[in-house]
Amino acid sequence: MSISTELEFDAHLAEEGQSSGGPVQGRTQWQLTWRRLRSDRVSMIALAVIVIMVLLAIFAPAIAALTHHPVNMAYPVNGENEDGNPVPPGTNGFLLGTDSTGRDLLVRVLYGARISLFVGIVTTLIATVLGVAVGLMAGYFGGIIDTVLARFTDAVLAFPYIVLALALAAVFGPSLTIIVVMITFFSWAGIARIVRGQTLSIKEKEYIEAARSLGAGPFRIMFFDILPNLLAPVLVIGTLYIPNAVVFEATLSYLGLGVQAPTPSWGNMLSDAQNFYQVAWWYLVIPAVALLITTLAFNLLGDGIRDAMDPRTERLIAARRMRRRLTRRNARQGNKEALSGLTAGGAAAAETRKKG
Amino acid sequence: MATANDADDNVLVRVENVVKYFPVKAGGFIKHTVGQVHAVDDVSLVIERGKTLGLVGETGSGKSTLARCVAGLIPVTSGKVYLNGTEITKLSRSAMRPLRREVQMIFQDPYSSLNPRRRVGAIIGDPFAIHKTATGAERKRMVQELMERVGLNPEHFNRFPAEFSGGQRQRIGVARALALRPKLIICDEPVSALDVSIQAQVLNLLSDLQTEYGLSYLFIAHDLEVVRHVSDKVAVMYLGRIGEAAPADSLYSQPRHPYTVALLSAAPAADPDAAAARQRIILTGDVPSPIDPPAGCRFHPRCPKAQEICGQVEPPLVTHDDLEISKAGPPAGWQSADTVRPGEPGIAGGETHVTACHFPVVPGETLASARTAAIAAEREPA
Repeated sequence: MSISTELEFDAHLAEEGQSSGGPVQGRTQWQLTWRRLRSDRVSMIALAVIVIMVLLAIFAPAIAALTHHPVNMAYPVNGENEDGNPVPPGTNGFLLGTDSTGRDLLVRVLYGARISLFVGIVTTLIATVLGVAVGLMAGYFGGIIDTVLARFTDAVLAFPYIVLALALAAVFGPSLTIIVVMITFFSWAGIARIVRGQTLSIKEKEYIEAARSLGAGPFRIMFFDILPNLLAPVLVIGTLYIPNAVVFEATLSYLGLGVQAPTPSWGNMLSDAQNFYQVAWWYLVIPAVALLITTLAFNLLGDGIRDAMDPRTERLIAARRMRRRLTRRNARQGNKEALSGLTAGGAAAAETRKKG
Repeated sequence: MATANDADDNVLVRVENVVKYFPVKAGGFIKHTVGQVHAVDDVSLVIERGKTLGLVGETGSGKSTLARCVAGLIPVTSGKVYLNGTEITKLSRSAMRPLRREVQMIFQDPYSSLNPRRRVGAIIGDPFAIHKTATGAERKRMVQELMERVGLNPEHFNRFPAEFSGGQRQRIGVARALALRPKLIICDEPVSALDVSIQAQVLNLLSDLQTEYGLSYLFIAHDLEVVRHVSDKVAVMYLGRIGEAAPADSLYSQPRHPYTVALLSAAPAADPDAAAARQRIILTGDVPSPIDPPAGCRFHPRCPKAQEICGQVEPPLVTHDDLEISKAGPPAGWQSADTVRPGEPGIAGGETHVTACHFPVVPGETLASARTAAIAAEREPA
């Protein structure tokens, strides 16, 4: 029932557009995706969390100025108690307490967010460009190029990254550049593999043959005909790779191979805090929660985008809207019976989605 | 064969002995070829200027492969394709580029032949972009002219293919093929995915465009009535070979190859009385595998008229002006290709009616009875 309603609604819109006669802007895949995404509450909350995180990271210096606590400034008097341990949240103007040397934990977590988000987004961007390029070439050209590129990709995926990270850090000394290079190196291969698979299926489509019959060269076909069809899966996988990179950076910093003190990073804060968790729980919990929220938000948003890209979820969203509409109506009419029936139907639909 | 003077006479495309085999690979790590799919096997034909050559055949008969060889989309295994007297089979990609403008394709599936992520204006404008013939506002103007010419609303250039119906999408495909003013358009089953009423519209559009621009068509279909409607000449393919070719009227009124007769008898008739009256020839068995095609005549395992020689000697494509001898059966001492009743060797797509059959069907002969006789003859010894 809900399905037909949605379709009729869309058909009606299309008719309207046709009859008006003026230049008609097609409703793009992105508009449809955004429409579906907007009706997904979890994704929108995740998006809001990410936006807030990014804003907090960008304006970290301004917030530090507001607290009058520079990021690397230690406050041995106000920031530590008699035993020399961190003070709890809300003490002496330290909103989230202090760390082992009496520095403002709030400011340090926000500066840590700068590192984490920078590493997460930059490495994912570079890895995506690399992965798309390699995957496109391997998938489109095939043959020996494919064999070489695909086997190299597999080799990268099979590599024990912690071991390489240890080795690189030992040779070059830990630095942000090394982190970015290392995370990028271990991220592009997964993207390349997915892009290659997609390219293999897209290049058999008739419109690729049509382009070839028009005389288009391989690079024109790759960029104008195949790439637009890859953007959707690449966007999804990119969103899902950001939290991976964030966690990877935290891992490296935790192991002491990443960002070095006194520069704050969630990873090295966690590493420092583990000696104090008995006397200062906030020291451990706050960076951990920041890490958790960020990765969770990116993961949920990635899942949401993936569902929103999938036209099959249209009916689920339609059902969700219908349910809300009915809930409102039932609230007025006091008819609880119909609601429970529909909710059960929605649950069944969600179940099938999980299976599918 | 005369090829250099094609440019002067009325032949636009000449296909000479084109062979296309696809290797069949097996093995996990080390791939090796275990066989060849004989998709197109020694096909020769001509396409005349301003005319339509219809190519019919079952699925897997090699029609589309032949079309792609003519379009230069896939390399041929051997043989030659001449366009305007120039051999295009050996040209490099860059040398081929200017010739791509001369040959365009319309594809079968209007849903997969248009990139779903690109706007119609960009799709139709692609030929101009690739060949750098027009840019910016001029390109847009030309795209809109084309859209108008094929019966689309020029204001819809900003839409995506998904917003058009099947017939409209096929018109987009036609507009794209027309953009560079080609001499030959290869229509690979252009209407088989459409409703009958829409089919007629698209066919009429193609016919109008042919008159207007002097186009030649290589029209591939498996619907015999559609081919009859649009074609000047018709060639029938079976398992990678041409079985029979003739001007459309001649082929439909006097089919000579048993396969053609069977194919025509399978076409649905709109008039129920005619449908009840006609003799349906039901071929037994399946089309043999193109990996290991039968020796001799490709059709002989299923042919109601097959004799011993059909499985041994490959019948050449010849004219049969006097069909009396074959009606009487093979002459005594019929053993080899030398004694096959000779006709003039002919080429598909020309004015002559050519058939590759040892025992062509003569007017008035009914194949259904031939089949019955053959079955009876088979049972008798047992």
